[in-house]
Amino acid sequence: MSRYFTEEHEWVDVEGDTATIGITEYAQEQLGDIVFVETPEVGASLEQGDDAAVVESVKAASDVYAAVSGEVIEVNETLEEEPALVNSSAEEDGWFYRATLSDKDELSDLMDEKAYKAFVENL
Amino acid sequence: MSENTENLKQLPLGDWHRSLGARMVPFAGYEMPVQYEGVMAEHIWTRTEAGLFDVSHMGQLNLNGDAAAEALETITPGNLSALRAGKIRYTLLLAQDGGILDDLMVTNTGRNLYLVVNGATKHDDIAYMQAQLPEQFILEHLEDAALLALQGPKAGEALAKLNIQPFEAGWPVPTDLHFMEAGPFLWNGIPLGISRSGYTGEDGFEISVPAEHAEKLASALIEMEEVRPIGLGARDSLRLEAGLPLYGHDMDAGVLPVEANLNFALSKVRREEGKFAGADRVLAQYPDKAETKRVGLFVDGRQPVREGATVVDDKGNAIGKVTSGGFSPTLQRPLAMAYVPMELSKTGTAITVQQRKKQIACTVADMPFVPHNYHRKPKI
Repeated sequence: MSRYFTEEHEWVDVEGDTATIGITEYAQEQLGDIVFVETPEVGASLEQGDDAAVVESVKAASDVYAAVSGEVIEVNETLEEEPALVNSSAEEDGWFYRATLSDKDELSDLMDEKAYKAFVENL
Repeated sequence: MSENTENLKQLPLGDWHRSLGARMVPFAGYEMPVQYEGVMAEHIWTRTEAGLFDVSHMGQLNLNGDAAAEALETITPGNLSALRAGKIRYTLLLAQDGGILDDLMVTNTGRNLYLVVNGATKHDDIAYMQAQLPEQFILEHLEDAALLALQGPKAGEALAKLNIQPFEAGWPVPTDLHFMEAGPFLWNGIPLGISRSGYTGEDGFEISVPAEHAEKLASALIEMEEVRPIGLGARDSLRLEAGLPLYGHDMDAGVLPVEANLNFALSKVRREEGKFAGADRVLAQYPDKAETKRVGLFVDGRQPVREGATVVDDKGNAIGKVTSGGFSPTLQRPLAMAYVPMELSKTGTAITVQQRKKQIACTVADMPFVPHNYHRKPKI
């Protein structure tokens, strides 16, 4: 399995033709206490860069963009009852959704862990 | 909070906030702390213990001159000439057409009027007041004063530990003050102006301190186990729960006081005499003849509605707007303030808010959402 990152602070785990997507530790730290996550609908077809989810902290709403194109096949339903899971486990249990990968070439636009770490350090 | 980060001014406690690990953001032209440990924790701390807020961005002004209260009454609807020394009143600065230019606190110090106005509007307020008031009234901008707010059920207990003395022997100490009273005091020889007031719905104090002593005072307070520094994020969620409007969001120059649900700021005497800027337009709406009104909303579900979301009718037409919205840490549910048509402003009325592609069901609710916990003077 490989993990990719976007400049919008999402992580993408790729296993075969399936991607699992969430927001990074850095993003949850910046957002603060998360009180609601609006995940996409299962079956939705997302193009890279589309609005995929909304994450709401006490203070503000932030859009989460589709890191890769594909069809949503599963959403993390635990987040409905327990949105703070994104704060406590952003890069594992706090995943947002899984999607099929319709264009693997898009992955070449993304960063690996080392590049993302350097990117965050320069912010 | 997408303000320009260039040319931001620094407040006296800027470095102090950074040294405590605050996240700084641009606000009202200054770099200010939005949070320390996190909005939720800071909010709950303020509701249960005591929080220290730096609100030095706000404008502190003295209005000097004989009969300053009568002069200020020409541009505010508050009964300021009846304000006794040591008392504070909340009022509105009104444009000539009655639109709300700002909301402010006015204290009769016995020597002059001390005003606290919003940070983002202070320069415009000063220019307007100078233009409107006869020239014998001198407006003094206290730019060398910081302003700290100590808020929460343990604020009185904490402040008492500082051993603040009356400005003159025999005068009250800070904890003798009741809600909306103020006085001058001394702390280690440093003059402080202290008001029992705030913007959280809790008991608490607002302390005007010379800028060069602000850090010493703030540090002495947060050394106490019941006091923690609190950022602007929690200040906003606290005032929302308390039903307190935020200028520039919940009202502005395009809104009249009745629409803004601020009838309590139109004092009876002033309504009867009707001599203040825009009185004709303002009083024509009193008490409930405006077309729209600011109300509180309980939001169904857990997703907050935010400023800018639209209130819609059953056909989806825009009929109002959300002006503040967020998640309430105390009630663990989203709350909002919105302008709705007067006929839909009754408590319990179902309201629909359109946000992005979603319609969210809401219900008009009484404010404050969380009861105020003020230290009021007992009624005799």
